[in-house]
Amino acid sequence: MVGIQFVTLWSVAARIVFVLIPLVGIACFSYIVANRFVPLLRAQRDLRFDRPLLRLWRVLKFWLAQWKQPRYLLAGVLHIVLFAGFLVLLVHSFSLVMIGIFEHFVMPGFSGRVGDVYSVLKDYAATLVFLSVVIAAIRRAVFKPARYAVPEKYGKDHTAEAVFILSLIATLIVADSLFEASEAAAQAQLGQPVDFLAALSLPWFLKNVLLSVPLRALRSLHFGAYLVHEVTFFAFLCVLPLGKHFHVITSLLNVYFAKLDRGTLKPVRWGVSEDHLDQVKSFGVKTFEDFTWKHILDFYSCADCGRCSDNCPANAVGRPLSPRFLTLKARDCAFQHSPIFGAPSNGTPLVGSIYSEDEIWSCTTCGACEEECPLLQEYIDKIVDLRRGLIDDGNVPQSLQKPLKALESRGNPYGKMEKKKGDWTKAKEFQQTCNVRVLNGNGGADTLYFVDSITAYDDRMQSIGRATAKILNHVGENFGILGAAEKDSGHEVRRFGEETLFMALRDHNVEAIKASGVKRIVTADPHAFNALKHDYKDVPPVEHISQVIAREVKSGKIKFDPLEKADNVYTYHDPCYLGRHNKIYDDPRDVLDAIPGLKRVEMSRSRDRSFCCGGGGLMLFYEPKEDERMGVKRVRMAAEAGANVIVTACPFCMVNIEDAIKVAGMEGKMTAIDLAELVDQQIAHGADVTAKSLLNNSLSCHPEQSEGSAVLAGTATDSSSLRASE
Amino acid sequence: MARIFAYIAHKGGVVDDSAFELAAAARKIDPTASPTAILAGWGADLDAACKNLSASYPEIWKIANEGLAYPNAELIRKGLTKVLPNNSIVLVAHEHFGIDLAPGLSIKLNSAFVSDVLDIAGVENASLNVVRQEFGGQVSAHVQCDISSGAVITIRPGAFKMQNGAPIHGTVIDKSADVGALTAGRRYLETVVAEAGDVDITKHNILVSIGRGIQEKENVAIAQELADALGAAVGCSRPVVDAKWMEKSRQVGSSGKTVKPKVYLACGISGAFQHLAGIKGSPFLIAINKNPKAPIFQVADVGIVDDLLEFLPELTAKVHEMRTVAAK
Amino acid sequence: MEILVCVRRVPDTSENEIELNSAGNDIERDDLVYSINEPDNYAVEEALQIVARVGGNVTVATVGGEDDEEILRREMAMGANHGVLITDEAFGGSDGKGIATILRAFVQKGSYDLILTGVQAEDGGAQVGGMLAALLDYPFASLVNSIEVLDGKKLKIGREIEGGNKEISEIDLPCVLSIQTGINEPRYVGMKGIRQVASISIPTFGVSKLGLDPSAVGEAAAKVKRVDYFIPALGKGAEILHGSREENIDKVLELVAAKGGLK
Repeated sequence: MVGIQFVTLWSVAARIVFVLIPLVGIACFSYIVANRFVPLLRAQRDLRFDRPLLRLWRVLKFWLAQWKQPRYLLAGVLHIVLFAGFLVLLVHSFSLVMIGIFEHFVMPGFSGRVGDVYSVLKDYAATLVFLSVVIAAIRRAVFKPARYAVPEKYGKDHTAEAVFILSLIATLIVADSLFEASEAAAQAQLGQPVDFLAALSLPWFLKNVLLSVPLRALRSLHFGAYLVHEVTFFAFLCVLPLGKHFHVITSLLNVYFAKLDRGTLKPVRWGVSEDHLDQVKSFGVKTFEDFTWKHILDFYSCADCGRCSDNCPANAVGRPLSPRFLTLKARDCAFQHSPIFGAPSNGTPLVGSIYSEDEIWSCTTCGACEEECPLLQEYIDKIVDLRRGLIDDGNVPQSLQKPLKALESRGNPYGKMEKKKGDWTKAKEFQQTCNVRVLNGNGGADTLYFVDSITAYDDRMQSIGRATAKILNHVGENFGILGAAEKDSGHEVRRFGEETLFMALRDHNVEAIKASGVKRIVTADPHAFNALKHDYKDVPPVEHISQVIAREVKSGKIKFDPLEKADNVYTYHDPCYLGRHNKIYDDPRDVLDAIPGLKRVEMSRSRDRSFCCGGGGLMLFYEPKEDERMGVKRVRMAAEAGANVIVTACPFCMVNIEDAIKVAGMEGKMTAIDLAELVDQQIAHGADVTAKSLLNNSLSCHPEQSEGSAVLAGTATDSSSLRASE
Repeated sequence: MARIFAYIAHKGGVVDDSAFELAAAARKIDPTASPTAILAGWGADLDAACKNLSASYPEIWKIANEGLAYPNAELIRKGLTKVLPNNSIVLVAHEHFGIDLAPGLSIKLNSAFVSDVLDIAGVENASLNVVRQEFGGQVSAHVQCDISSGAVITIRPGAFKMQNGAPIHGTVIDKSADVGALTAGRRYLETVVAEAGDVDITKHNILVSIGRGIQEKENVAIAQELADALGAAVGCSRPVVDAKWMEKSRQVGSSGKTVKPKVYLACGISGAFQHLAGIKGSPFLIAINKNPKAPIFQVADVGIVDDLLEFLPELTAKVHEMRTVAAK
Repeated sequence: MEILVCVRRVPDTSENEIELNSAGNDIERDDLVYSINEPDNYAVEEALQIVARVGGNVTVATVGGEDDEEILRREMAMGANHGVLITDEAFGGSDGKGIATILRAFVQKGSYDLILTGVQAEDGGAQVGGMLAALLDYPFASLVNSIEVLDGKKLKIGREIEGGNKEISEIDLPCVLSIQTGINEPRYVGMKGIRQVASISIPTFGVSKLGLDPSAVGEAAAKVKRVDYFIPALGKGAEILHGSREENIDKVLELVAAKGGLK
């Protein structure tokens, strides 16, 4: 491919140009990148240098193997092709630049056999890249998939930018192909050995087209194509850091440094232990300077693909939050903050300038955005940090101040008295058959049932607590509750940015748990589950009740009676903090599938694509501006899937879904039941029960029979409930 | 016993209902004597108000002063201080004017002060025993007040019932000269009238009124649907306005609108007196509340202990059903 | 502008169940949680907003005991510059006038342009502000729901009157205002802020420092005394409908139609 004598490409003048262009290009590029890099140096610390092997493995999986891309099939395949093509062409691009200076340049290690194989690969790579770029451009410019749309308030449409970049890539490919094709065509005309061009590749086609073009023209074409390629290449390089294509350069770093621990939150300040937190004057992110370097790297690396916002439930219901634009606005702020030319600006509060308060409070922390992002970007940590800043400044909506104050005084958001936390165990019928022990520090139980606030205090959700207790009894679990000593787990308190209050709640609970002497914890509340697993340290291992049930179904301790009504269709709604954040998808499903006669369907958005019900904890008190409730959307999804019963495994999901059924006007057509309630209802107390266990609680812990809707027989549907009011 | 005066508020020549309630309260304090009414104001309006009272009070003291054309409590206090005899007992209605006037008046008269009295339990020597409420009405308390050097007492509107006795022919005594010129450190500028909302709840015969029990903004629609079905309007209590779920123009209460419907449905309303103060004319009051102990059940005619979020939609459905049947 | 806000610590009505104790002479105080009287909190927020606009300092003061320090700290965490505890055994059992007398002595020790109180506390007295103003001979306004600073000498204020209307007046400084809830949206006081002020020392003022005559305050001087608490015997009250929901609905409609309702 090199050393053609027919054209004096490498005249002195030409060579000077081909040295200058790269030099200028690289100089510009370096200046720009250095400029982009400086804010990272000045940013807050972020400790991401641990577990290098795990990080490398993830780079292989998510960056090299593009693991998340196929979640959107067409775009994913296009991108994989583009990406693979780029990687393959890297060597060739480098060689091309060098050819301008050293005409016989061959990449070390790429002579001989390797070079030949590479030559074929690169031709096909170029062709595929070209085809992908054309398809992508048509897709963006003509078909305009919805997720790329830019709502008016966020500015101008991005299609032009996308198509521009795609054209640059196409230009590079075509210029390169013409460069080779023109040479090969000339060789053919001169009867010289023709450089190999892979059959049916783009350069091959172009060569055939050019076969009859006069030599003079070929010469100019060859020179011109090279020049175009040179200039475009370095222009492209310099344009990359100016927009969303910075990800081409930063993606590897972004994936390497990505967060490893799901379900956790970043500390208030990396490197500052809790004991020293009182030295930190300002909590959270208030101005751009408060972001960590990894956050800023995220902003740079956003590829504007829109997959996050496409899956964001807040975005879907018309709340002012769009994760994509949260990032892009910050990116533009970063660019303005330290511009390529001009003096850096700093100190402007983010909320009130690029962000609105409602935008920040709208997030339910469901994690759909993080699950989707092909670059493994983090959103929840940033939202929590921004909330920490708002809390620090006292800038909290009145609707949230009340429950926060109640959490501080009473340890629960409802302001209910501590001594009443165990009252759910005192329901008459229940208490006669199932005696729930309150652990008082004298030991006596291996397992703690951590109930948490909503299940303990809400009239409706208390039935989940009772069902869970009965199940634990049935499987012979030696358990107790903390009763008045249990305060709210603080899961949402933390995620709403009130870190200090969270620590107070946590410390209280950890002490109470330790004093109880239990060896393990079970809960039916996925938020409490996540808190105990990830936010709390030094507590015994914790399980969700669905895991316990699934295990005991397999072991045979739990057997089910067939359903009385066989014509209901059930669907399981994955709670965000059980499913997506903790990857527990199969246990609840296995339990449902073990119930004889239960017909189950999957909603189209299930498992890691589950659609958030609306959120839990403090989110129940927040009054968002939205077009529709998330719960209503979810209930309609269930109906679309053909179900008339939604099973869930989270009390907050239950609140939101039951409310939504009413608001959507689907009463009588759709019901909701908790997994524990359903299991309790269906547990077989039949022939395999020995006389001894008859004396125990199991047999007489009947499922609660009460008036229910026509849809489900024997379902406890106590309609009074406690929401965001006194 | 000391002389009892009742300070009477008036507007546009008409006296406030509280005028007659104060007379009833005064008689309960001292059944042997008749209270003296005392009014301040200016011009024809003041005279008409005095005339209004002559059927219920034997003696009516009038303080006419141009500066009192608008009732400025700061000025009126100064006037009253000049005119009232020592050790008087002064009754004032416990509403925005009384709250403004009375505490400072008690200091200037060097007498005791007790506010928001619901009932008079009795007089023992120089001690008046009254009934008050605390903690937002959750508990009641007996309070003893030393009236040896007089007292200023504010009376809860509606707590004492007007009594219809034989008509008296009261005389109006002009005390304006004793008052002289009045100045104060607070000067009235203007009154900003509340924005008329889309609906004037004072003009409806049936009101569906909602309180905190409605729980969230979206549920207001449930009340609206019922109101539409009944040809009624939706009103509310203060917490609903504070939470910004409804406009201020919908608020029924002492700091909101006064309504006189024929039927009043109080849904999820606890029954705080500030709200009840806005309901006049003794409508038929139906209360729907989840809490059987809610104070509203004390004043309602009919009560239903149920969840309004379930009850109201079913009620609405029944109304529609009835109308469809009637239309056939 | 130097602003003094007089505040009070009360049992929080939304986080407590107010019940009579077993002796029947007081409310059950064992399990109560306390916080700042809600209208007082609005007053402090208003004071903070005023000094943010025109400069100055906010002092919060309360008449009470050691337990009451916590609300002073909370308001300081909110932004108040100074907190003062006015405490003395001699103050116990004071009635409204007694409290106002104590506060007057404190006001006269300093130099405040504006004094704010909440419109009323849990006892529904709504008296201390008006009494304090009269004792000081300062102009007064109650139920204030808007404040505009005209200049160093005057304010333009709005008062909440009937019908949702607003009475606008001009008032000379120094004056006393009692503040109605809803005048603003108080900022949130986070636990971090509270912890940071946990060890600030709070000056105290007693009888001698205030130059008060002990016989003018306290139980002996009080003319008004609460004798007991009780729950009144429930009167006849409403006729509670005990039928099924359907039956109740039918009855309600019957009554509404009969009472001149339905069109």
